[in-house]
Amino acid sequence: MAEIVLDKVTKRYADGALAVSDVNIEIADGEFVILVGPSGCGKSTTLNMIAGLEDITGGELRIGGVRMNEKAPKDRDIAMVFQSYALYPHMTVRENMAFPLRLAKVDNATVTRKVEEAAAILDLKAHLDRKPANLSGGQRQRVAMGRAIVRSPKAFLMDEPLSNLDAKLRGQMRTSVSRLQKQLGTTTVYVTHDQTEAMTLGDRVVVLRGGLVQQIGAPQFLYDHPANLFVAGFIGAPAMNFLPATLENGSLSTPLGTVALTDRVRRAAEAADAPREVIMGVRPEHFEDASLVDAAALDRGASFDAQVEVLESMGAEKFAYFSVEGGEAHASDLADLAADAGSAGVPDTGSQVVTRLSAASAVAEGQPAKFWFDTDKVQLFDPASGANLTYSAD
Amino acid sequence: MSQTTEAARPATTHRAKPVLSEGKRAERRLGLLLCAPAAIVMLAVTGWPIIYSVWLSLQRYDLRFPDKQEFVGLANYGTVLSNGYWWTAFGTTALITVVSVAIELVLGMALALIMHRTLVGRGLVRTVSLIPYGIVTVVAAFSWKFAWTPDTGYLAKLVGPDTAVLTEKLPALSAIILAEVWKTTPFMALLLMAGLALVPDDLLKAASMDGAGPWQRFTKVMLPVMKPAILVALLFRTLDAFRIFDNIFILTGGSQGTGSVSMQTYDNLIRGLNLGIGSTMSVLIFIAVAIVAFVFIKVFGTAAPGSDPGRR
Ligand SMILES: Nc1ncnc2c1ncn2[C@@H]1O[C@H](COP(=O)(O)OP(=O)(O)OP(=O)(O)O)[C@@H](O)[C@H]1O
Ligand SMILES: [Mg+2]
Repeated sequence: MAEIVLDKVTKRYADGALAVSDVNIEIADGEFVILVGPSGCGKSTTLNMIAGLEDITGGELRIGGVRMNEKAPKDRDIAMVFQSYALYPHMTVRENMAFPLRLAKVDNATVTRKVEEAAAILDLKAHLDRKPANLSGGQRQRVAMGRAIVRSPKAFLMDEPLSNLDAKLRGQMRTSVSRLQKQLGTTTVYVTHDQTEAMTLGDRVVVLRGGLVQQIGAPQFLYDHPANLFVAGFIGAPAMNFLPATLENGSLSTPLGTVALTDRVRRAAEAADAPREVIMGVRPEHFEDASLVDAAALDRGASFDAQVEVLESMGAEKFAYFSVEGGEAHASDLADLAADAGSAGVPDTGSQVVTRLSAASAVAEGQPAKFWFDTDKVQLFDPASGANLTYSAD
Repeated sequence: MSQTTEAARPATTHRAKPVLSEGKRAERRLGLLLCAPAAIVMLAVTGWPIIYSVWLSLQRYDLRFPDKQEFVGLANYGTVLSNGYWWTAFGTTALITVVSVAIELVLGMALALIMHRTLVGRGLVRTVSLIPYGIVTVVAAFSWKFAWTPDTGYLAKLVGPDTAVLTEKLPALSAIILAEVWKTTPFMALLLMAGLALVPDDLLKAASMDGAGPWQRFTKVMLPVMKPAILVALLFRTLDAFRIFDNIFILTGGSQGTGSVSMQTYDNLIRGLNLGIGSTMSVLIFIAVAIVAFVFIKVFGTAAPGSDPGRR
């Protein structure tokens, strides 16, 4: 077990592509860190550099305080779980899990004991003598985990280890990965695309974009206090709503009407020297059906009317979608997000607003309704730099 | 021949009858009709000569004594199999096959790895390495022969002024094997490269993470995973090498005990005009090749590339 430090780490591929640039991450001993970001942002590259599968172009990687840049993967004492599982097809489950131990010239009795132990933890005892080709996806995934844990490495690296499983199995495996990591207390770096995994698994989340670190912090902190538009839009599903807005003497004119700023927001915006044109971000759960909000709260927030276009009733909550006139916010961060979500070029996505309402709401599809949103929860962003103007670290 | 096709067809339809619907059966009939012309041509050009040579091998049939032609059963086989020259040729052929295929495997694997790894000018490297395979064997054999000709050949000069490589048994065999290896290693490399492409990158990365060095990755992961491709390559090359003819014909003409079984067959069949004995020999070669193929497929479990990967 050991802490992992990436000190100004940069990766430039042979073809000149800058995949990771000047990344600083300090991962404490036993910590579970998640790397998220859109496709091609350098997550795998970062992981492969820690593993030693890719050379580091610049900066330093330290594991347990020792510089690792020049060490071969086998000398770093790190285990990796691959998205494809990368099980050796010609070996049985037992041989697969024993492989790292055999290479380390561990004696037979110890190999047998460790493999049996790992198999017991991962519930693989019944399958030890089968070949990977004859296992289900979930079983293969567990074998891959088993191969990683048998030799008690200093750290685990996992590159989207659950993304080949179906949703239900992924949920189950997510909890077992979490439990396993807590049980073993091994430093873990985990790459994922999945919002739920990012929010639930890690102690801290690192958001990457185009090879640059956008923000590092606990999942809830990133959700509540995104440093910029990109993080705000990337963390959370459904994503935060972004609307263009104009700041005018203490009030904000938006496509949802003119809104009085609360003290917190005004002070933060003043401190950040906000420009006149800004982007307003509101999370879906900060909206509510106005008829369900008590009078005191109605005063605190802002209300407006809109025509519900789509209503998704989830049982415990309802998602209402509507679009607003002339409401598309423009910023390079948002274009990136749209590209990642695959919605670039789809008309109307920018002006579409998603709201999460209580199940008790009586709004109906195709009908006009009165909505309310909590103006104190509003976040303002600078369209030019993407920076969160209302950011505070507490 | 027409009997075989007609006999085969009712058998298939009969077996399929209980499970196939009318539409399926019509489809199958159409399928058979569509491939019938090709099958008939195949039978005519490959099946017929085989059957005919089996027929010839059962007769005493020497074109120098045409009146003495008669059916002799397996007598020709007795004659050939009890003949010392045949067994010498057989031993020579087996030696050339084993040694040349072994060398080709090693060199071919090295070449395949190089071609697989090359990032710049990959196309050029592949094309260049395939040149020997693209040259007609006889042409290449002649250039080897000139190279080994005492006094004038560059290779002959290299080994020394007074040695005539092609006139002694072992050096001549080595020269033959060298020519074979030079010519067919690219083919081996190409087959092996197809096998290399079957080894996922992730698997090698995983092996590195598990603590394997380059050599261990090669022997413990790469070789076992590409075993099917290696076996197919070995099978193809073994069958081919066993029938070696052109190189020997040009380089030594089969003298100094360098003749292969194919050379012997040629000597008897074409030069000696003994159709009976010559056919017997070609049938024996056919049987030997069939046994090699059988051993590869049944004992080592060789499969055609891409077929049924989950079995192993
Ligand atoms: N071998 C390579 N040579 C050149 N460029 C590469 C190479 N591998 C990756 N890249 C580039 O580096 C960038 C980061 O790639 P990386 O694989 O780290 O992305 P990722 O975040 O893992 O994406 P994904 O979520 O799709 O797996 C991409 O722009 C990619 O095109
Ligand atoms: Mg990746």
